[in-house]
Amino acid sequence: MRYSVFSLLSQGLRGNRGWQPVWRQPSPKSQYDIIIIGGGGHGLATAYYLAKLHKRTDIAVLEKGWLGGGNVGRNTTIIRSNYMLPPNTYFYEHSMKLWEGLEQDLNFNTMVSQRGVLNLFHSDIQRDAFARRGNAMRLAGVDAELLDAKQVKQLIPVIDIDNARFPIEGGLFQPRGGTARHDAVAWGYARGANALGVDIIQNCEVTGLDIENGSVRGVHTNQGDIRAERVGIAVAGHTSVLAQMANIELPVESHVLQAFVSEGIKPLLDTVVTFGAGHFYASQSDKGGLVFGGDLDRYNSYAQRGNLPTAQNVLTEAVAVMPAVARLRLLRQWGGIMDMSFDGSPFICKTPVEGLYLNGGWCYGGFKATPASGWCFAHTIANNEAHDLNAHFTIDRFERGNVIDEKGAGPFPWEQ
Amino acid sequence: MHRIKCPFCGERDESEYVYQGDASVSHPPLDASVSDFYRYVYVRDNPKGWHREWWHHVGGCRMWVQVARNTLTHEIYATALAGETLDFPEDA
Ligand SMILES: Cc1cc2nc3c(=O)[nH]c(=O)nc-3n(C[C@H](O)[C@H](O)[C@H](O)COP(=O)(O)OP(=O)(O)OC[C@H]3O[C@@H](n4cnc5c(N)ncnc54)[C@H](O)[C@@H]3O)c2cc1C
Ligand SMILES: [Zn+2]
Repeated sequence: MRYSVFSLLSQGLRGNRGWQPVWRQPSPKSQYDIIIIGGGGHGLATAYYLAKLHKRTDIAVLEKGWLGGGNVGRNTTIIRSNYMLPPNTYFYEHSMKLWEGLEQDLNFNTMVSQRGVLNLFHSDIQRDAFARRGNAMRLAGVDAELLDAKQVKQLIPVIDIDNARFPIEGGLFQPRGGTARHDAVAWGYARGANALGVDIIQNCEVTGLDIENGSVRGVHTNQGDIRAERVGIAVAGHTSVLAQMANIELPVESHVLQAFVSEGIKPLLDTVVTFGAGHFYASQSDKGGLVFGGDLDRYNSYAQRGNLPTAQNVLTEAVAVMPAVARLRLLRQWGGIMDMSFDGSPFICKTPVEGLYLNGGWCYGGFKATPASGWCFAHTIANNEAHDLNAHFTIDRFERGNVIDEKGAGPFPWEQ
Repeated sequence: MHRIKCPFCGERDESEYVYQGDASVSHPPLDASVSDFYRYVYVRDNPKGWHREWWHHVGGCRMWVQVARNTLTHEIYATALAGETLDFPEDA
C-alpha cells in the first residue's frame, strides 16, 4: 500500500481496520544469492539498495532478535556531515543528501528534521580547530557557519554562555544537520526492501560461517544452514564475534554507550547542540523530552546497560550547558553496544574471504551514516568492488599507516 | 557500578580507576615485523565473555591492576598486580 494523505483519510474513515503488516515473516529458504547478517539500519538499507539500485532481489536479511532492537533503535538520532578528513567528509555528505530525499524515496515518514547541529567551542584554540573543520567542509561543498557567542545565545537562549569554568566563545553550525526518527528508518527500509522481494527473517541468529577454500559458501543459523555465494556482515556491536567465525582479525572493540531522555517539557531547544569542553549532545524530541548522551562507559562491554559514573558525568555536562534543566527528571536511560574502531572510522569493504563483505566499526556515528553505508555496501557487494566513497574504509588501512583518525585520539577505541 | 579490588587498597568503586585496555597483548621484540607491531597496536580479540584488562588506580595508589572481568555480565573474577599471575576462569 502506498502511504499518502488519501490512504490516511480513507483508512481513518474505515476505522483503521484495513492497514496491512508492512513486511512478510517468511521462513528462510535453503539458498539465496546474497545474505545480509544483521537487521539493523545498515543491513536493511543495504538490502534495500541492492534490490532497488542493483536489481538483486534474491536476498535474505538475517536478524537474531527483532528488527530495530539494536543500535538503530537505541541512538540519539543525530544526523550531520560536519567531518574534516576527506574520506569522511564526502561519505557523510553523501549520506546527508540521501537523508534529504529519503522519505520520498521510501514513501515512509522517517521524520528527517534539518533543525541544525551546533558544536560549541570554549577557547581560542578550539575555535581555530573548528574554523579549520568548517573550512574543510565548505571546500567540499558542505554547509558550515562559524558563530560567535552572541549568535549562539540568539540561536539557543537557554545556553549559559558565561559558564564560569568553560565560557562559550561560539560554535560551528551546520544548518542542514538535525535528527531523524530512528525506528522509522529501520521500518522504512524494511518495508522498502520487503516490497522489492527481500526476505527479512527475524529471530534468526548466525552461529557460524561456512567457508571452503577461502570462499564463503553460506551461514549456519539457529533456523538451519543457508547457502549463499555472497554474505555481508552488518552486525554493529557484534562485529568481532562474526569476524572471529571467519578467522578475521580486526581493530575493533565493543563498548557500551548510554542515552537518556527527560520528562516532556515545552519547546526549549529547537536545534541539536553539543558541548565542546566535554562530550555531550542534546536535542528535544517532538514529544518534548530532551534526548541526550555523552561519552561511552570506557571499558569493553557487550552488556546493553551502562553504569552510574558515566550517567553522572553526562548529567553534569547537561547542567553545565543548560542550567535550566537541573531540576528535570529523567524518564528513561538505556545502553547500546558500539563497534569502536581504532581510528574512529568505519569499515565498508571486502575481506580476506572471497564473497564475504564487512560493514562495521561505526563508533558513535553510525546512525547518520545509515543511508550512505547501505548504499556503499550494496555497491561493494553487487560489484565485488568498493565505490570511491568507501574505498578508504578498508581493514588494511591500519597496517599501511593510512588511519582516518578524525579526532587524532590514537589507537584507543574508548577515546575515539 | 563495578567494584574493583586493588591488591593494595582493597575494593574500590570503578570511578577511582582509569581503564587502560586489553591486558593480554604484549610488546613484540624491537626487531619484530611491521605486521607484528600492527597486531600489537591494533588487533584485539574483543571477547564476549571473560577479558583480561588493565585498570589504573589513579584515584588511589596509582598502581596498574590486572582484572579478569566478564564483558557480558560485568562480573569480576580476580585481580592482580602487574607482573603477577592473574587467576582466569577455566571456561574462557
Ligand atoms: C546510545 C547510542 C547513541 C547513539 N547516537 C547516535 C547519534 O546520535 N547519531 C549517530 O549517527 N549514531 C549514533 N549512534 C550509533 C548508531 O546507532 C550505530 O552506529 C548504528 O545504529 C549501527 O548500525 P546498525 O543500525 O546496523 O546497528 P544495529 O541496529 O545494532 O544492527 C545490528 C544488528 O545485528 C544483529 N546481530 C548481531 N549478531 C547477529 C548474528 N550473529 N546473527 C544475526 N543478527 C545479528 C543485532 O541483533 C542487531 O539488530 C548511537 C549509538 C548508541 C548505542
Ligand atoms: Zn590501589
